[in-house]
Amino acid sequence: MRYSSLALLRQGIAGHGGWPQAWRSAALQPSYDAVIIGGGGHGLAAAYYLAKLHRLRRIAVLEKGWIGGGNTGRNTTIVRSNYFFPQSVALYDFALRQYEQLSAELNYNIMLSQRGVIYLGHSDHDMETMARAVNAMQINGIDTELLDAAQVRAEVPLANFAADARFPIHGAFIQRRGGIARHDAVAWGYARAADGLGVDIIQNCEVTGFRIDNNRVRAVETTQGPVAAGVVGLSVSGHSGVFAGMAGFRLPITSYALQAMVSEPIKPALNVVASSWATGMYVSQSDKGELVFGAGLDLYPSYAQRGNLPTTQAIVAAMTEIFPPFRRLKMLRQWAGIVDVPWDYSPILGPSPVGNLYLNAGWGTGGFKATPAGGYFLAHAMATGGHHPISAPFDLSRFARAALIDEAAGAGIAH
Amino acid sequence: MLLITCPWCGPRSEPEFSYAGEPVMRPGPAEAVSDQSWADYLYMRRNDKGPHQENWCHAGGCGQWFMLERDTVTHANLRTQAPA
Ligand SMILES: Cc1cc2nc3c(=O)[nH]c(=O)nc-3n(C[C@H](O)[C@H](O)[C@H](O)COP(=O)(O)OP(=O)(O)OC[C@H]3O[C@@H](n4cnc5c(N)ncnc54)[C@H](O)[C@@H]3O)c2cc1C
Ligand SMILES: [Zn+2]
Repeated sequence: MRYSSLALLRQGIAGHGGWPQAWRSAALQPSYDAVIIGGGGHGLAAAYYLAKLHRLRRIAVLEKGWIGGGNTGRNTTIVRSNYFFPQSVALYDFALRQYEQLSAELNYNIMLSQRGVIYLGHSDHDMETMARAVNAMQINGIDTELLDAAQVRAEVPLANFAADARFPIHGAFIQRRGGIARHDAVAWGYARAADGLGVDIIQNCEVTGFRIDNNRVRAVETTQGPVAAGVVGLSVSGHSGVFAGMAGFRLPITSYALQAMVSEPIKPALNVVASSWATGMYVSQSDKGELVFGAGLDLYPSYAQRGNLPTTQAIVAAMTEIFPPFRRLKMLRQWAGIVDVPWDYSPILGPSPVGNLYLNAGWGTGGFKATPAGGYFLAHAMATGGHHPISAPFDLSRFARAALIDEAAGAGIAH
Repeated sequence: MLLITCPWCGPRSEPEFSYAGEPVMRPGPAEAVSDQSWADYLYMRRNDKGPHQENWCHAGGCGQWFMLERDTVTHANLRTQAPA
């Protein structure tokens, strides 16, 4: 069924009982031309682009839990493309441009809200670094602007502009095309569109191993039995290292817990995504009115999907220091996802050491904004065996070639 | 909150410690090291799910380094050991 206002009206009159299931509950087949491991936004997008652009048939997405239940459903949904290096800008702005037309393409409202992402500077040094970053971004064609303190006050009047503030506000920079989107809708929209093109989405199907012979994956072992595969795409975020281990190689990745939290809902109080360079804190207000906020990683390896108290405390302290009125709010929920962080904070895309196994890994703390790109370039690699020009710089070989794309140092903010 | 047993100070709380990576052996001699094995040493990690060998430093305490075997799923501290 095509979603439209007419469909909504019809279903409304009929009491909303007639909406069809958005995607089938497919049964696992013994063999596929293409198998994608991981039903997050990236894996579902890869399946959609494989079917749509590369016209592959017999595609499966294998998800150990429910689709979108990993980092796709746990992230704070910031989208932006204000990166430092030209390779990153090409990648992330490709994704943002896809997002800008994705609701229409998928016939599914992803609730993209380009409300602007603002980064507060708390010292002269911050402002100099920001001027450098903004110059680089503008040269790369990204819509960023440097703001002075008065302009910042107009954007975030509730921030702490007191002269004796712990983090005084000297200025900021903003990307106005940045903002937030609805994470579940991105996963569900891609799932529904992929299903419409014949992709089998298999939930509750954990991949437990590979059958590899002659450096090619012949089949993947799953909790629902073995599945023969022509080509395999890996899109498992925090578990990338575990899968590399199963396939007999290592990745330049460490898995950490990244936590976030929401406050009780309040009336509209913040209409941009606000972030602070010195503390790594960022906060936005959801459509339900909750403040959604987070900051840095729990800085040791973890697969525990929960964050520890010292980091929670640091995040809350930073947020309430910069937005004093929010001190009066109660916290509603706190959670964490396991993120796969490479040394240079840039993703690892394309061929792996195993012939027909392709990587979409290392998106770490900031891959929601890149969901269309991760899917698009994984599909390209799986269908062609090689790189699209935009994904080529992100090849695993960059580590041995000392060609890192160091966005940790370049753009500073990771999410 | 992790409770980590420093081999010198006993059990202390997480904020006193810094994680310092997986133990790795520097390959050598320099002339014999390929770009790939140098990259393996610098960047490639086991990133184990389950028991994991780690270097930690009691930075906010005695300042000493030690090895900690920690379960990355349960966060249980399995064993600490002073450097040999
Ligand atoms: C708290 C938090 C905040 C974040 N904030 C932002 C943000 O504001 N902006 C941004 O751009 N990014 C953000 N990120 C990062 C972003 O969430 C991820 O980079 C992105 O969602 C990764 O998508 P994915 O589809 O690759 O992974 P996931 O959604 O994690 O999907 C991977 C899937 O693989 C499945 N899987 C794992 N093992 C197996 C197995 N053995 N068999 C089968 N399936 C398996 C998992 O169940 C999971 O569903 C944040 C992350 C977190 C945790
Ligand atoms: Zn000590």
